[in-house]
Amino acid sequence: MNVFNDHRKLYPIAGLLFAFLTYIVVIMPAFQNQANNAPLPGTAKLSGDAHAGKLIYIGEGCVGCHSQQVRNVEMDKMFGSRPGMAADYANIGRTSFWQNTATLMGTERTGPDLTDVGNRQPGIDWNLMHLYNPRSVVAQSIMPSYEWLFEIKENPSNADVVVNVPQEFLNGKKGKVVAKKEALQLLAYLQSLKQTPLPDGTRPFEFLYKRPIVELKEANEGGPQINGKALYAANCQACHQESGEGLKGAFPPLKGSNVVNGDNLELYVDIIMNGYDARPEFGAMAAVGKNMKFDATQVAALINHERSSWGNTGKKVTTDEVKKIMELVESKVTASKK
Amino acid sequence: MKFSLRFILSVIALLLASMCCTAQNATNILGNTNNTFGLWLLLFLCLLPLIIWIVSLIFKLQRQAFENIQWRKKTVENHFPEHLKNLDHNQILQFLKLKSNADKLENDTTSNNIILKNVIMLIFFSLISVSQLHAQNPNAEAPALLSQPGIIITLVLMAIPILLGVIFALIQANNSVKRFINRTKVKEAEKFAGFMETVHDHELEKELLKRQQVLEFNLSNHELSGTQKAEDVKGTIINVSDKRLVHFTQLKKKAVKRPILEPDITKLILWYCGCATFWLVVGTGIGEYLGIKFVAPDMDHVSWLSFGRLRPVHTNIVFWGWASLGMIGLGYYVVPTVSNTKIYSIKCGWIGLVLTNLMVILGTICLLNGMNNGGGEFREYIWPVMALFAVALILTLANFLLTVANRTTEEIYISNWYIVSSIIFTIIVALTAYIPFWQDGVSETIVQGYFMHSGVGMWFTLFTLGLLYYFIPQQINLPIYAYSLGILAFWTQIIFYTIIGTHHFVFAPLPWWLQTVAIVGSAGMIIPVVAATINFGMTFKGQMNKVSHSYTLPFFLVAVVYYFMVSLQGTAEAFKFTNLLWHFTDFTVAHAHLGFYGIITFTLWGGMYAIIPRLSGKEPAQHLVGAHFWLAFIGLLFYAVPLSYGATLRGMMWMEGKPFIDSVVLMFEFWLWRAIGGSLMFVAHLVFAYNFYKMTAREVEDVDIKEEAFNILKAQGKLSE
Repeated sequence: MNVFNDHRKLYPIAGLLFAFLTYIVVIMPAFQNQANNAPLPGTAKLSGDAHAGKLIYIGEGCVGCHSQQVRNVEMDKMFGSRPGMAADYANIGRTSFWQNTATLMGTERTGPDLTDVGNRQPGIDWNLMHLYNPRSVVAQSIMPSYEWLFEIKENPSNADVVVNVPQEFLNGKKGKVVAKKEALQLLAYLQSLKQTPLPDGTRPFEFLYKRPIVELKEANEGGPQINGKALYAANCQACHQESGEGLKGAFPPLKGSNVVNGDNLELYVDIIMNGYDARPEFGAMAAVGKNMKFDATQVAALINHERSSWGNTGKKVTTDEVKKIMELVESKVTASKK
Repeated sequence: MKFSLRFILSVIALLLASMCCTAQNATNILGNTNNTFGLWLLLFLCLLPLIIWIVSLIFKLQRQAFENIQWRKKTVENHFPEHLKNLDHNQILQFLKLKSNADKLENDTTSNNIILKNVIMLIFFSLISVSQLHAQNPNAEAPALLSQPGIIITLVLMAIPILLGVIFALIQANNSVKRFINRTKVKEAEKFAGFMETVHDHELEKELLKRQQVLEFNLSNHELSGTQKAEDVKGTIINVSDKRLVHFTQLKKKAVKRPILEPDITKLILWYCGCATFWLVVGTGIGEYLGIKFVAPDMDHVSWLSFGRLRPVHTNIVFWGWASLGMIGLGYYVVPTVSNTKIYSIKCGWIGLVLTNLMVILGTICLLNGMNNGGGEFREYIWPVMALFAVALILTLANFLLTVANRTTEEIYISNWYIVSSIIFTIIVALTAYIPFWQDGVSETIVQGYFMHSGVGMWFTLFTLGLLYYFIPQQINLPIYAYSLGILAFWTQIIFYTIIGTHHFVFAPLPWWLQTVAIVGSAGMIIPVVAATINFGMTFKGQMNKVSHSYTLPFFLVAVVYYFMVSLQGTAEAFKFTNLLWHFTDFTVAHAHLGFYGIITFTLWGGMYAIIPRLSGKEPAQHLVGAHFWLAFIGLLFYAVPLSYGATLRGMMWMEGKPFIDSVVLMFEFWLWRAIGGSLMFVAHLVFAYNFYKMTAREVEDVDIKEEAFNILKAQGKLSE
């Protein structure tokens, strides 16, 4: 074959073929995308701190373990309320002249996806403790410690953000752990990671590959106990711990708690749905239920799990009971807003 | 008996192994399912040889009895002529002696082992009855129990002594039958003796004498050797030594001596390979540290040693520092060699080497200081750093192209299609991905999928295939099987490999048509992969004995096998369901290592072991090459197999919607295995670095006494030049 014996023909042909294919599958679609995409209305711009935090996020290589994409498949539902869209990334441009665009979609989930972590895990205290040493709040975590974003101060001033790290994680250092500017910037970025809701009336794409319905039914009817345990592990355990004992000086215990075991179901549901910040010795709790869009079945399963674990002996509740109270709480919240 | 003992031991070993497997299966995967058919089958297969033995013994018994009956049907006297015909040398002598002496000899042998026989029969029956008891008792258990692996294993273990007892009994029965037959034979012998005494036949005696002479004939054992003294006229046998070494390993063939290359190109290639080796040790040392961090996350709390910063340092060093430099270095040998000409410019080579090293050093410093391009895999170096590599590539391309243009052969050998094209494509890829003026929003992701996939497929795979097309035929010393398959693989590789980058982002918010094209293209990859594998495989065909005699061919063979396996694994990973199961898990990490290590790295090692001894004239110690090979090979399996298995379990957990942290806990033991495998791989690299040193180090040379003696004579003027 002549082509193969003539370098003046072979290499240009191969190169042109490759360049043509590159144009078809990369350059053309990428330019099209760039031209025909806009962020959703209501997309919040990154604040100055959050932007600085994003630079830290990129520099520390967080994307190596944390993706930022909710795929349109059922198994990704735990990371966001709707599948991601190209529009979600449309306002991300080049980071700087030196650095490329960072959508940070990632290809690895050694740790969980962070697309919606601002909704899922908004607690300031938890996040700072977690950054100082992840194992201080999640015993099984293998995430690196970001100790260098913090400093130790003997006498922190009022302006300093003090983190209540348990003594055993201080490695013998004396003093209080104070978050440096960088830690707070990174925190601001993490808190800014929220899925923008679709404009009113627009229905999001469906999640594909739904789990078999039989299984879902079982979870709802047969075993609220199991369901509650999984819900607790996914949403509550990070602060209140698997043992239900919380962390001293940071997160209150649920074991033997008056709220959990007591009869004031309204307060209990209110805390789960809308958060709580009434006790100065502990950090503020975020509106976990509202953020995660819990329904009455899930709240009831959670309450029943917490009331029957760690030696707690609270009264069991039914979904209907909880549903009524949730409506009541909701009406009070809207009333107080007005 | 030795055989049967060994056999029984192996059966027991097999059983133990299957016990371990099933115990694990029962707890891990099977749970309480009744799916024990496989177990039954396995255990039955273990017992099968014993059963076959029993059946054969029974047949033997039957045959003996049958033959005995047949023998008895004839009258005794009819047997005698046959006996006489079959007398051997000694017996003939005795017979003739008997006839000449006409003495009477008494022959009386009686054996009395009736009692013994009865005892044995008793044991036999008792054994059978006992064995029946044994066999019945456990079988009488409730049927539900029979589905329990523990019960099945116990039953089979108990069956072993029972079956062995049956075998023992059958052997004894056989012996009894033989003894019984022997008694009749003794009686017949008595009659035959009487017959021999009485027979008087001179014809017969003459016949027997003749027969005896025939039997006595022997060769002298000197028929083929002459009487002359041996002399090696052509000097084919040299340096005969009586020293015999015991070899514990296969003796490998030494590298064939070739005309030495010019020193300047030799130096360039050795420097490329040396830098690559240095980066291999550094890069994988970091990788090893990262692997340990998975099981000991609090090893250090230093910012520039943190996982997130070191991970891209590791991947980029092995990408650009080790593999790229290694490939280009070998390219500087292959491209001019198959063009049958000299390299166009040595200087270009040196500039490329310096620039690439500079890029790796600067890139590493940037990453350690938190200067990351944007987190896209293999795109972590910022563009000014990457520009150094682009310049190096352009210089290399020009150099290789001009060398090919200067070739003295008519055709361009396949290696050069692949190698030169791969550089052209990589320049296009790098420019597309790094021009700093575009890629807003998901465009970055579209380009990222293309960049990282083409980085692997167009740069490393294509270049490595080019090297394999040279080294495999060269080391086997046969031409490549088919040019036409090479052509098919070349063009289909370009067409399919280019379009499949998006399969790293299936279900992500990228255009669906791109994802579909990527999945279809991934399936299309079967064509080039199978074509190239057939081509290499057919070149290897019939030459497998050369593999065990060579220390380079095993590396290439592994590379070919992994090329086939990992590429098709990649196709399977691109499908939609497997994306649900494996995407985002460590399965991808295992796959990347299988490919990058199994294909690219093994090829580079094979290539370096093939050419460096030629360039430097020094061979590595054979057993150290072996140690390197096996440590790397086993280490990779320890690394990848547990990690893939664990990642599959993790993916299943995610699909079931289990809490995320549970899947982290699950992975711990698999991460531990990864660290162990990684350690073996790292040790292999240290061995390789040592081998490289031994192949290239300037050592004090041994004085050749004879050569030196002539030199002295020449120096003294007693010998003219």
